[in-house]
Amino acid sequence: MIKKVSSHINQNELLLFEASSPGKRGYQLPDLDVPAVDPEKVLGDLNVREEIEDFPEVSEVEAIRHFTRLSTWNYAIDLGLYPLGSCTMKYNPRVNELVARTEGLAWAHPYQPESLSQGCMEVVAVLEHALAEITGMDSVTLQPAAGAHGEFTGILMMRALLESRGNPRKKILVPDSAHGTNPATAMMVGYTVQNVKSNERGMVDVEALAGYITEDVAGMMITNPNTVGVFEENIRKICGMLHEKGALVYMDGANMNALVGVTRPGDFGIDVMHLNLHKTFSTPHGGGGPGSGAVAVVKEMAPFLPGPRLKRVGDAWSWNYDLPQSIGRVRSFYGNFGVLVRALAYIMAHGGNGLRQATLDALMNANYIRALLEPYYEIAYKANSMHECVFSDDRQAKKGVRTGDIAKRLIDYGFHPYTVSFPLIVRGALMIEPTETESKRELDLFVDAMISIAHEVEENPELVTKAPHSTRIKRVDETRAARNPILRWKPKSTASEAAD
Amino acid sequence: MSYPENLKYTKEHEWLLVEGDMGTIGITDHAQEELGDIVFVDLPKVGGKTSKGLSFGSVESVKAVSDLYAPVSGEVLEVNGLLATSPEQLNTDPHGAAWLIKVRMDSPAEASDLLSAADYQKYLGE
Repeated sequence: MIKKVSSHINQNELLLFEASSPGKRGYQLPDLDVPAVDPEKVLGDLNVREEIEDFPEVSEVEAIRHFTRLSTWNYAIDLGLYPLGSCTMKYNPRVNELVARTEGLAWAHPYQPESLSQGCMEVVAVLEHALAEITGMDSVTLQPAAGAHGEFTGILMMRALLESRGNPRKKILVPDSAHGTNPATAMMVGYTVQNVKSNERGMVDVEALAGYITEDVAGMMITNPNTVGVFEENIRKICGMLHEKGALVYMDGANMNALVGVTRPGDFGIDVMHLNLHKTFSTPHGGGGPGSGAVAVVKEMAPFLPGPRLKRVGDAWSWNYDLPQSIGRVRSFYGNFGVLVRALAYIMAHGGNGLRQATLDALMNANYIRALLEPYYEIAYKANSMHECVFSDDRQAKKGVRTGDIAKRLIDYGFHPYTVSFPLIVRGALMIEPTETESKRELDLFVDAMISIAHEVEENPELVTKAPHSTRIKRVDETRAARNPILRWKPKSTASEAAD
Repeated sequence: MSYPENLKYTKEHEWLLVEGDMGTIGITDHAQEELGDIVFVDLPKVGGKTSKGLSFGSVESVKAVSDLYAPVSGEVLEVNGLLATSPEQLNTDPHGAAWLIKVRMDSPAEASDLLSAADYQKYLGE
């Protein structure tokens, strides 16, 4: 039975292009009372944009209604559970927004003098300090604009440190459960990637790992807890093995929501890591970004951090550009500053104990879901779950129902789907991360929906394989969309020419 | 689908057809089945090199992007142009029309450690 949602009428929507009517606009200007100027003559034709053909013309109220109606078709964390595993779709507290709208922060300009930017610089300094404390690392850069950007920054620094020791080395080890960005990052920094197999408990196989660590290995990129939601129990040993051979350890901090306030990567041997402020520290993401991929390092790596760096001059902050070993700037100005303000607001509002409690709640929620769903879905690995749990569709596949079908049926029950088909080491993965945001009531609704779907799979699998049924658009042909993507709207006449 | 006896197989689910020092490389029926609907194939250019055990390209399905691993080292002589416009051929005829690349093998002896059709099927069963 579908408890959470019922269908209600909503309006069909034209594209703005189709709603356009020549001459309509949302403003009125007085008649020109000075001679008209030809912009091409004054600015040069290179600086004057060509008219856009068929640019939509609508009134203000039409534009407002259009976008407001579209927004009601959306699913968001503000509407309910968003159990997208690995993404940490937690609620973004409104106090973050209040703080980010503080006049002196919201209207600061990156070119305003340091003497007028002391508050903003203090925000950067305090956040760097807080993140260093949370991770147990020595220094932090807030420049990277997203997680993968943080990885790139971190591995560049790893390379720079090894180069300063005489040899950048050739290979990066990446577990087979890793996020796809890890091997991509290693390649971008000029390393080759060596895949490391997981053992039957979903952890790095320490014995196999030993065979991979040679003098050619620059380091390892490891996610902890890893992508099957399992804590790498041997993490200290793994770090020790790499350090012994002069290699370094990068931690992908995507799953830091399972560790904050409980344990610190710096304490278990990590040399460099990123944090996704847009995951762990509650800044908006999933279309609402931008992101922030802060990178934390141990002191041996600090000289290589991107510049400029903050320094204290007398009783004021100043930017230090004199950083001879720095890998250089990785982002214009100082990172996505508005996001940094929100992350700091989240940290300050919680305090140390509050952050720890959030972590424990996230773990409890994931394990609550796991315990209630294990009778119906096959858990991928028996090891304890941390902040997310990963099932496989093994039992449902026998009825011809795959993880993607169950996810689409979940939409009919009023929930955003979980993460489908990742991590790749689990066949037909269902990856569920509820985060600490959810109440027992919401978790129970979700569990009821999942159990109900498990019954449907047994009794009427077609109901699931043809889902969703109650959405505005029924099941879309994802394959055709990927093979023959239509990337932008074109006027009908042009579109039919293109089709010819 | 059956696994032709005249092909050699890797544990990464590629196949190799050896004809003299020429090797034709493709992915197995099991690989396409696991990947699901394939939407894009990224292959090396003619004249490029493959190194045994290393990635020479990738294949993208609606689910994931997967590396393609070379069963042998060699020089790329030919690339299957069909796949640029019809990647779905990999789902329908992985052991035939949807071969990926042809290489001149540096050392045909490299193929000797690949699996036979029977061993590959046994490997899949495990």
